[in-house]
Amino acid sequence: MIAAAMPSPRRADARLLVVSEDGSLAHALRSSLTDHLKPRDLVIANDAATLPASLHGIHLPSAVPIEVRLAGRSSLAHDDVRFTAVVFGAGDWRTRTEDRRPPPPLAQGDRLALGPLVAKVEHMQRHERLVVLKFDGPVDGVWAGIARHGRPIQYAYLARALALWDVWTPVAAVPVAFEAPSAGFALDWSVLRTLRARGVEFATITLAAGIASTGDPVLDLRLPFDEPYRVTASTASAIRRARAQGGRIIAIGTTVVRALEHSGGHAGEAVADTRIGAGTQLRAVDALLSGTHEPNESHYQVLRAFQKDDVLARATAALEASSYRTHEFGDSVLIFLRQARVVKTELESATLA
Amino acid sequence: MTNPLRVAITGGTSGLGLALVRELRRRGARIAFVARTREHVDRVARELPGTHGIVGDVARKDDIHPIALQITAALGGLDVLVNNASSLGPTPLALLADTECEDFAVALETNVLGPFRLTKALLGALTASAREGRGAVVLNVSSDAAINAYAKWGVYGASKAALRHMSAIWGEELAADGVLFLSLDPGDMDTPLHAQAVPDADPAQLKRPEAAARELSDAILAALAKEHA
Repeated sequence: MIAAAMPSPRRADARLLVVSEDGSLAHALRSSLTDHLKPRDLVIANDAATLPASLHGIHLPSAVPIEVRLAGRSSLAHDDVRFTAVVFGAGDWRTRTEDRRPPPPLAQGDRLALGPLVAKVEHMQRHERLVVLKFDGPVDGVWAGIARHGRPIQYAYLARALALWDVWTPVAAVPVAFEAPSAGFALDWSVLRTLRARGVEFATITLAAGIASTGDPVLDLRLPFDEPYRVTASTASAIRRARAQGGRIIAIGTTVVRALEHSGGHAGEAVADTRIGAGTQLRAVDALLSGTHEPNESHYQVLRAFQKDDVLARATAALEASSYRTHEFGDSVLIFLRQARVVKTELESATLA
Repeated sequence: MTNPLRVAITGGTSGLGLALVRELRRRGARIAFVARTREHVDRVARELPGTHGIVGDVARKDDIHPIALQITAALGGLDVLVNNASSLGPTPLALLADTECEDFAVALETNVLGPFRLTKALLGALTASAREGRGAVVLNVSSDAAINAYAKWGVYGASKAALRHMSAIWGEELAADGVLFLSLDPGDMDTPLHAQAVPDADPAQLKRPEAAARELSDAILAALAKEHA
């Protein structure tokens, strides 16, 4: 696969590899996405807007320049300004994350000056780069400081720096994601219209998507971090409605799978702390639209809950052979759950009715 | 209100915008307001506890997403957006033939592109609110200069006409998504903007912005009620 070098998420020629329930593969244009859906299916996207989570500044005890990447929070609450964060040494996004210098030695109580903001390291998280920090000052001022001083987390494979508008999907609502829920770039308002015309319903969840990579192999093993999410009552009832009518639940992005599998499709606010992988019995989602992740990425593990490894290996080979574009702004894969779940669906509809 | 309305108002530190902040706050709404000058924003936020003041210029593209971010962070979503911030263009008001292109462009940024960009950036939040059954309304503050041709009101009138037509098209395109667009003329009010345009007007002959704010608030709530019906 080749890296998508320019952030042009809504390319007209974006491609789509469709992996059917029976494991067969088909090449399509992403613009034909709705052709693969049926009336009464329910498409669910993550409407988290992306924070400018990269904050440059100074580690005050050592006066050394640092970059802080906000990476997690334990709730979606406005007044919760305590973040899990990954800290890097001097340098910027033009250096691959893997090659970035480590930060100066960090300790509990250290203060970090990040543009107009000051944050305190509340504690270290069993790794030299991973901290929990809390911002000083009134809450509105903290969000104003992040909004104005922060920049989106950047990608070294891109030719230019991303602006905030590049990393908000068309349905972006509340700013709680640390990196873009990028599968949502496949949507635009014209696609949402087409879905409606086809009798496909649309709903959203909100999940504070964390970072995809820390640049440190040991730390990467701990990804994804716990992610708070919310499923609204209207989305939960759309799920019940689709189920009752035999529609499928189509997740736009792995973050949607994570939220729905944790909640079981029920309404509420919680923290998704379970991992989805080869051993996961999916109970809420029937298909996933995702970027073209490679086997070494944490997102790839989620695909393993949908299809067996031999099918995924064929899909990866097909993406490679046909030069699909990978990364956040690349092409897409629509992957259906391997076996029909008719019996289970009926059971759940009966209990929920 | 058990489920307070979440409202964002641009140009919220003077004139009609400030009156709307006060009026909707009085009616129980949670409010984020936007204005360019930090001192004014801080003053209004202090004076009206519970409101969220945001410093930003809707005419600047780079400010739009930081503004949108602070609005939805503070309110946890958005039900009502009021695009109220306006620019008269060059003052004293000039004939179109005497208007510099650059001055026209600046007014278009504030009166047309600003509301377009901010609406677009907040559309995810507004449609989410509509799907949740809360309703969603965008009020674009208009003017009779959007309809009638007044000499020397070319920049303002043409930009407000564009805003009015854009509201109508937004409304067509997003009706099925549950977002209702209002374009309303509050009338000639005793505001700083009017004083700039017509310095010798008698304030006693002008409408109080508080009265206009009550009417517009009624219209917003009526639109939301209609969406629920």
